[in-house]
Amino acid sequence: MTTPNPQLDAQGRLKHFLTIDGLSRELLTEILDQSEGFLGVSRQAVKKVPLCRGKVVANLFFETSTRTRTTFELAAKRLSADVLNLNISTSATAKGETLLDTLRNLEAMHVDMFVVRHASSGTAHFMAAHAAPHVSIVNAGDGRHAHPTQAMLDMLTIRRHKPDFSRLRVAIVGDILHSRVARSQMIALRTLGVPDVRVIAPRTLLPTRVEEAFGVTAYHDLSEGVRDADVVIMLRIQRERMNSALLPSEHEYFQLFGLTEERLSTARPDAIVMHPGPINRGVEMDSQVADGRRSVILEQVTNGIAVRMAVMSMCLGNQHLGNSQSQEEATHA
Amino acid sequence: MLNAPRLSIRHGRLIDPAGGHDAVADIHLAEGRVLAIGAAPSGFQPDRTLDARGQVVCPGFVDLCARVREPGLEQKATIASEGRAAAASGVTTLCCPPDTRPVIDNPAVARLIHQISKRHGLTRVLPIGAMTVGLEGKSITEMAALKLAGCPALGQADRPIRDTQVQRRALEYAATFGLTLFLLPLDPELSAGGCAHEGVVSTRLGLPGIPEAAETVAVARDLALAEQTGARIHFRGLSTARGVEMLAEARARGVRASGDVALHQLFLTEHDLEHFDANCHLVPPLRTPADRDALRAALADGVLTAVCSDHQPHDPDAKLGPFPETAPGLSGLETVLPLALRLVEEGVLDLMGMIERLTVGPAAILERDLGRLAPGTAADLCVFDPEALWTPSPATWISQGHNTPFMGHELRGRVSWTLLGGRIVFER
Repeated sequence: MTTPNPQLDAQGRLKHFLTIDGLSRELLTEILDQSEGFLGVSRQAVKKVPLCRGKVVANLFFETSTRTRTTFELAAKRLSADVLNLNISTSATAKGETLLDTLRNLEAMHVDMFVVRHASSGTAHFMAAHAAPHVSIVNAGDGRHAHPTQAMLDMLTIRRHKPDFSRLRVAIVGDILHSRVARSQMIALRTLGVPDVRVIAPRTLLPTRVEEAFGVTAYHDLSEGVRDADVVIMLRIQRERMNSALLPSEHEYFQLFGLTEERLSTARPDAIVMHPGPINRGVEMDSQVADGRRSVILEQVTNGIAVRMAVMSMCLGNQHLGNSQSQEEATHA
Repeated sequence: MLNAPRLSIRHGRLIDPAGGHDAVADIHLAEGRVLAIGAAPSGFQPDRTLDARGQVVCPGFVDLCARVREPGLEQKATIASEGRAAAASGVTTLCCPPDTRPVIDNPAVARLIHQISKRHGLTRVLPIGAMTVGLEGKSITEMAALKLAGCPALGQADRPIRDTQVQRRALEYAATFGLTLFLLPLDPELSAGGCAHEGVVSTRLGLPGIPEAAETVAVARDLALAEQTGARIHFRGLSTARGVEMLAEARARGVRASGDVALHQLFLTEHDLEHFDANCHLVPPLRTPADRDALRAALADGVLTAVCSDHQPHDPDAKLGPFPETAPGLSGLETVLPLALRLVEEGVLDLMGMIERLTVGPAAILERDLGRLAPGTAADLCVFDPEALWTPSPATWISQGHNTPFMGHELRGRVSWTLLGGRIVFER
């Protein structure tokens, strides 16, 4: 028996956005198409559309984040929703309140959508399983598990430069083991039909059986791994990984896995370089690459708002459809 | 048990693996003991006769690991609540690990558990004493005193000793008194922070993993120490193919080691975690289908001589949270019989073999005269209907802990009567 995908409603529409895993290529393409449409909103004099007027979106961040929270906030505001920003790490849970208590209390304030970031894998699924039927959950990063909007903004960025996913070679470099971004990227790339996805890292930063789990190829040599790549995605290395048993030093990491112009020279001449930010210059890549002609890092930030607008409007819009449909069903019952 | 009634259980299929008995036969009980099998002694007048037609009559089950949470964690369960669940499950003897509050590291706590369980009289609770004070892995306990207070074995619950020298000394000291050590084969460093088997599923879900090597490293260490010290060890809850393979090799060499497996490990695998079901957050973690098959094979060929419930009832809050933050363990007593019967249905064991691993197999590990039916033995019996279908629901679940992934799943096999020392402690 197949368990139904918890993020889709009975009609197969997006109700929550928890993970890329289990979503169809058609649905991912729909998100990208809608995001393209929202890119123009940011360039308008009045940067607002009334799609989610009257809706309340709560940013529930149990881990500190400025960039992601800000783009979600902007996205919600551009959709004309009301936004609550809650930095939970310093409030309720610090006083012993459970996650479920927090959810219930905010639900009582008639929040329509929770954008959730949390240090534990599976948090977004947990909240979706316990949320009231009319509430949507968007995962803004849970543990090492998933960061689906980040992956989709990366897909949008790639598509705007390389429209045909079926011909791409994509290399992801760095701390795959701890990266929710990499997990979502790998699934998104494979779902969208990218035939050659590579992960490049020392063995200490690659999860067990990563090739089998995600349908990718593992490399331990950067130049070899980025050879003929169309896209090179660099991941952030957390400083606490250094001087632990995972990596000996920043110096050795940069020597072997840091992206320089020279190492990038094995990639295709028109290859683009991406990074989810913030960059550790001189650790993951040198400034020449980060600020170079092939870097699309700032485009990623811009695209992030459009993708988040698309996902939020789809979930909230479907929520509306779902509600009116169930009301209709109730009337006819 | 002088107040136990005189009973006859008639027309049941009597299975006693210890005596190799499997035939329809009557059994007669008096003064808490088995009086006769077959014809009643002349002049025997039972106070009550149970009609077990179409049912199996066997020794009460002996469970090597079931937490009753008392003393100290009564919000999760009590000896009374779990005694009722045990009785309803045909379990007449259970061993509770020492991770109570306070820890069972002194005779007073062991005696308290004996007293409470005797007062309720629903199941025999044998406390497993702690190997080290406070389960801290530093100083060994007064093992001889714990043995005198009724601890049949010693263990560390799920807190294995990190310091190999302390482990060695604990084994040596226990061997002095002929005490068996119950060891959870899990290297504490390799498993630190993990909440799922390190494999394809944990990688995909981003769950911190517990590698297979966490078990094999611990098994290797403890087998080497058992060989060195001559201590008798029992691996509680093996979960990997490599672990049982190493146990088999060591046993063949004459190392005094045995092993058991939790029943759920024979059915569930890492794939049951795919939707972050906190009821599948277990220690040791659910492993691969290949591990599950190897555990079944080890059970079939006698490398593993016991199955247990690894019962860990929790309060609802313990399982309400993101997967890694929930408490590990499931409520397993009430699924013992149906899961064991499913092993028979799936051809892993025959009915006699299955009952053996629930009765005389674990009793032998405890070195207690339990789990068999012969004239003069304690009248601990289970009578069950192997065909009865039922579906666990919160309304009918008896244990205080409702944390089972089998809730709502149709199961086959249900206990009709359980007798402890000749008294009926459960009847449906």
